[in-house]
Amino acid sequence: MTEHITEYPGTPLKERDFTEGKVLYNWWVPKADYAWDAGVAIGKFLAGLKEGKILGITCPQCGRILVPPRMVCSDCFVPTDHWVEVRHTGTVRMFSITYVTWDMQRLEKPLIPAVIELDGITPGMGFMHLLDEVDRDDVHIGLRVEAVWRPAEERTAAITDILYFRPLKEETS
Amino acid sequence: MKMRRVAVVGAGMTKFVRRAMETADELTWMASKMALDSCGLNLDDIDCIAHGSAPDSFDGVHMKSEYLSPGSGGWRKPYIRCYVGGGTGVMTPIHGWYHIASGLFDTCLVVCEEKMSSCQPHPQGAFLTIFDHTLERPLGPNLLWIFAMEMNAYMHRYGFSKEDFAQVTVKNRRNAMHHPCALLGGEITVEDVVNSPEMAWPVQRLDVSPISDGAVALVLAADKVAWRITDDPVWIEGVGWNLETTYWMNRDLSYPRQVEFAARMAYEMAGITEPRKQLNIAEPYDPFNYKELHHLEGLLLADKGKAPAFIASGEADIDGNLPVCPSGGLLGVGNPIAAAGLMKVAELFWQLRGEAGARQVPGNPKRGVAQAWGDLMQVATVITMGV
Amino acid sequence: MSLTERLRFFHEAIAWKGEIPLQSRYTVGVAGERFLRELRDNARLIATHCPQCDYTYMPPRLYCERCFAELTEWVQVPPRGNIHAFTVMHLDLDEEPLAEPEIIAFVQLEGSDGGLIHRLKEVDPDEVYIGMPVGAVFREEREGSILDIAYFRAI
Repeated sequence: MTEHITEYPGTPLKERDFTEGKVLYNWWVPKADYAWDAGVAIGKFLAGLKEGKILGITCPQCGRILVPPRMVCSDCFVPTDHWVEVRHTGTVRMFSITYVTWDMQRLEKPLIPAVIELDGITPGMGFMHLLDEVDRDDVHIGLRVEAVWRPAEERTAAITDILYFRPLKEETS
Repeated sequence: MKMRRVAVVGAGMTKFVRRAMETADELTWMASKMALDSCGLNLDDIDCIAHGSAPDSFDGVHMKSEYLSPGSGGWRKPYIRCYVGGGTGVMTPIHGWYHIASGLFDTCLVVCEEKMSSCQPHPQGAFLTIFDHTLERPLGPNLLWIFAMEMNAYMHRYGFSKEDFAQVTVKNRRNAMHHPCALLGGEITVEDVVNSPEMAWPVQRLDVSPISDGAVALVLAADKVAWRITDDPVWIEGVGWNLETTYWMNRDLSYPRQVEFAARMAYEMAGITEPRKQLNIAEPYDPFNYKELHHLEGLLLADKGKAPAFIASGEADIDGNLPVCPSGGLLGVGNPIAAAGLMKVAELFWQLRGEAGARQVPGNPKRGVAQAWGDLMQVATVITMGV
Repeated sequence: MSLTERLRFFHEAIAWKGEIPLQSRYTVGVAGERFLRELRDNARLIATHCPQCDYTYMPPRLYCERCFAELTEWVQVPPRGNIHAFTVMHLDLDEEPLAEPEIIAFVQLEGSDGGLIHRLKEVDPDEVYIGMPVGAVFREEREGSILDIAYFRAI
């Protein structure tokens, strides 16, 4: 590279340089606890989950049914109105089969996150949840699934009130 | 309003390492000083600073940009920070560009830095909140989920195989062998990549670029000023940037539309009507191997669904018609988030001047494009340069 | 439905609780290694001096922020100086009362153009004043940290 440059700075360290005390360092663990307001739309969505319902909201301009709901349509930039109840079955549009946690610990049983397009709402609208009761080889884009709910008395108005989605047992077309 | 022409006249970078002994501040100064020395300037010659750095929580320093301002040469100077996730490395020179193009300043030092090794146990902890706190985090997500799903959607749409993607890792690591700052330069095979441990199917370990520490800096100058500083300025000819929706579950992830919009904006400014013929080098953002392919399509350098075939043809090798990532990319050199994108812009600078040493693209390349991408697969930033 | 909805009771608002799982491990850097090792091994404070700007950095830096030169001249700095500013803390980070008020001072160290922020002890908060001369008290057992200085006290 440029004639002026002969050496590149930067001193690489190994993990054991820390554990063996070859370099000085210090730790800090911040206390980062949060209480995030659910907001108007998600607040109502979560309340619906507690009652075993999946709620969506309609954009008056483009007609999309938004699940999860939001107060403003992101494409049209107009306030949404008209809440609707949505079916609990859908189709897998995207998925992954994960063998590691966020801090890179290996998982024995993989987690299968998926983006599911619920039946009856606008095509292309999806939301993320987990799949279970399915072998990894049977998961594919286009798989038909249904929601499996937590027992009513255990629900807390959380996304986990739906435990997971599993392949539809049978379907009449 | 007439915009002034802006050139890159100097560049510097540190090695990209897995964990650096130097503090973030020291790494930043090292790259900045090298950039100034490379064109014989000192701090008094610099009118303003454009700095880019990704989340404060990687380095673990609040208001990281202010903390890094002295090392970026910002003492008592006009200073601006930008942060658009992985897109930062190309967005920062865009900020530097308009500081000068507007006529407000004559010279600008553009600096990007990241020290991800400070973030323990894994940098993912710093930005898990990119997932919706209420609807997604309770499911226990992992950043890999998003990339895995995008890779899956892309594979599924065109019927690609993992081998189609693996060839990118092989090419970039091979190119990186000639980059003096690279973390992972070396010869590996497609089998090595395809047999590497599964992390979040379809993502395997060797599909991913390494977490790194590093810093890069460029010196920008306005037309006549640039000619006084160097005989070989490299002109910034086009810039573009665009942002997609946060609601990634509502998008068709098999094609990065926002990259196309940003590319068109840059190409129009640069007068590029046939990018595949008029560009000689491409540095698309490659944090994962499939991303290089995805972005080549978004940059209109390959037809949709045809990027793997283009790589396989050999045209993207250093001696091919349109070399892609001759630097070695993020996959080979390393991925300190903000600095990685700027590394690609610096690569274009060195290549177009004929100073890339063993990595040099032959045939006197005249024009190149660098692109970065980030956040929740939303940001696209594009810059084209020429001599 | 209107864009804003008024909540009548606090408990009607649903908030989702969570945390950001972050731990930071900081290396001390090139200048820091030398500074803290000198502090640990010899209970001495050292600074870097820029000959061009005639400026002495405490805490020491690898480079001069004014002229950008690499700093290679290290000078010893006496462990004493004057209080440039101070504050008395009565609450902790969670706004709970502290058992005893804590005095934090920025001590401008002699022979340098900077200083250190540290605790002040063995003095009543009412007796502290700007300009007060203070000196460092070093710990017996030191590990290469700013806390190798236990506190500053009046001299």
